[in-house]
Amino acid sequence: MAGIHIAEVSKVYAGGVKAVNSVSIDIADGEFIVLVGPSGCGKSTLLRMVAGLETISGGEVKIADRVVNNVEPADRDIAMVFQNYALYPHMTVYNNLAYGLKNRGTPKAEIDARVTEAARMLEITQYLDRKPRALSGGQRQRVAMGRAIVRKPAAFLFDEPLSNLDAKLRVSMRGEIKRLQRRLGTTSIYVTHDQLEAMTLADRLVVLNGGRIEQIGAPLEVYHAPASTFVASFIGSPAMNLVKGELHGDKLAIGPSVIGLNGFAPASGTVTVGVRAEDIRIARADEEALPFRLEYAEELGAQRLIHGTVGDQQITAAVSPELELAPEMQIAIDASRLHFFAVDTGKRLPGNVPAEAKLAPVEPVA
Amino acid sequence: MVENRPFLTFLTHAFLILGFVIVALPVYVAIMASTHDISTLMSGPVPLLPGSHFIENYSTILTSASAAHGLPNYSHMALNSLVMALAITVGKICISILSAFAIVYFRFPFRLLAFWIIFVTLMLPVEVRIMPTYKIVADLGMLNSWAGLTIPLIASATATFLFRQFFMTVPDELLEAARVDGAGPLKFFRDILLPLSRTNIGALCVILFIYGWVQYLWPLLVTTDPGYYTLMMGMKRMVTVQDGVIEWHLVMAGSVLAMLPPILVVVFMQRLFIRGLTETEK
Repeated sequence: MAGIHIAEVSKVYAGGVKAVNSVSIDIADGEFIVLVGPSGCGKSTLLRMVAGLETISGGEVKIADRVVNNVEPADRDIAMVFQNYALYPHMTVYNNLAYGLKNRGTPKAEIDARVTEAARMLEITQYLDRKPRALSGGQRQRVAMGRAIVRKPAAFLFDEPLSNLDAKLRVSMRGEIKRLQRRLGTTSIYVTHDQLEAMTLADRLVVLNGGRIEQIGAPLEVYHAPASTFVASFIGSPAMNLVKGELHGDKLAIGPSVIGLNGFAPASGTVTVGVRAEDIRIARADEEALPFRLEYAEELGAQRLIHGTVGDQQITAAVSPELELAPEMQIAIDASRLHFFAVDTGKRLPGNVPAEAKLAPVEPVA
Repeated sequence: MVENRPFLTFLTHAFLILGFVIVALPVYVAIMASTHDISTLMSGPVPLLPGSHFIENYSTILTSASAAHGLPNYSHMALNSLVMALAITVGKICISILSAFAIVYFRFPFRLLAFWIIFVTLMLPVEVRIMPTYKIVADLGMLNSWAGLTIPLIASATATFLFRQFFMTVPDELLEAARVDGAGPLKFFRDILLPLSRTNIGALCVILFIYGWVQYLWPLLVTTDPGYYTLMMGMKRMVTVQDGVIEWHLVMAGSVLAMLPPILVVVFMQRLFIRGLTETEK
């Protein structure tokens, strides 16, 4: 068990391309960190630098207070789960699990005990004699996890381990990874491009964009108080609505409509206004409202997403499926639910932070 | 194409049979010729039906025929051919799998240059570079030796190239997983790459064994000592007699026998051979 300290780590590829730009993350012992971002944001590169599969161009990576910049992957006390599982195709499941231990000269009896235990934990005991070829995607995924578990490393590194699975399996494996990590209490870094995976798994998530950290925070913190328009549009589904608005004193103008802010205005002038789809509701007759022109609706079962325009700007709202739809509707938003971002930098303007963002994360039942 | 038209079925089979006949006819003629005596063969076209001298011809070629031409015993030459073919097969696979491993998995200066130099030799068959090769072998004093017979033929690019192509299809994550699992380069090679290359090695064994078995020009050049004569050379010498009659019935019997080892290799390694050429195990 150990913490991981990533200090101003950079990766510069030949030709001067900066894949990772001075990233610092302090990961506590036992913490589950998810690196999330669009493809090409440097999240995998960062993980691979921690693993030792990529050289570190600048900065320092410490695992258990030991600088590992020039340490071979095998000696870093980490285990990695790969996207395509990377199981040795000619070895049985048992040998796949045992290979790393054998290479370390672990006594045979202990290898046997550890493999048996890991197999039991992952419910793959009956497949130990099979080759990976004869397993389904989900089973292969378990074997890949098992290979990490048997080593009892200081940290697990996951490189998009679920992206090759079908949607249903992904959800159940996601739960299993979380359960397993809780049970073993092993520090984990998990890379994904799927914001839902990031939200559900992370103790803290790190949103990366263009090789830089956009925001680090607990899932709800990031969801309710995104630090930039990038985070706002990346985290959450449907993406947060981002529209152009103008602040005049305590009034906000969106297109031709004006609504009062009740003292929530953080600045004045042109801003980007963000609002979550679920924070939009149908206006009561007596309140300030925005005219919404319906374009189409998507059914999610529990919710209905209605897509349309306010003025000439796209808006998506999540409403109850019982709501009767009309081509023209009046929508309202509580001023406290609005997010304001600077137009030029995309950064969040200081101001209101919704109460939910300050909620303590749910403590796991040990 | 999945079609069920009787005429097409007939046509495709007709073409198949025609092709087979064209390819197989010379072999058939050789087999038939090896069962007749010399006077039948000299008196007209080769008969297309078996004759009655099968046992006689084959026992002659196996026992006494070659001695009459100043050649070593048939079985001695066959052993020479076998040793040469096996040495070439094993040598080539060892060298080429290691060099492909180096080229694909290690970053060293002039790596690409090394690959291209190996690749360029593909363009030049042994026959084209036979003069310089002969000179080098002669200068090194390797004429009339097993080393001289096999080493120049071992150095070739085909197998290196094939292994390189195969290694490049092995996913990088496998190497990375092995590194995380604490396997060094040689361990990775032995524990993972080598078992994965099994079918490719099998296929190459077949191809290279036949390549070594049918070598004619090179053994002819570097060996003057009859103790090193191979089957191919022996057969050729039996055809070039100064005066008198070429003993075609014995030559044919010898040729048919010489065909057997490659056929056996193909038959027994066919499963591996076909898998190696068509399937990449991932």
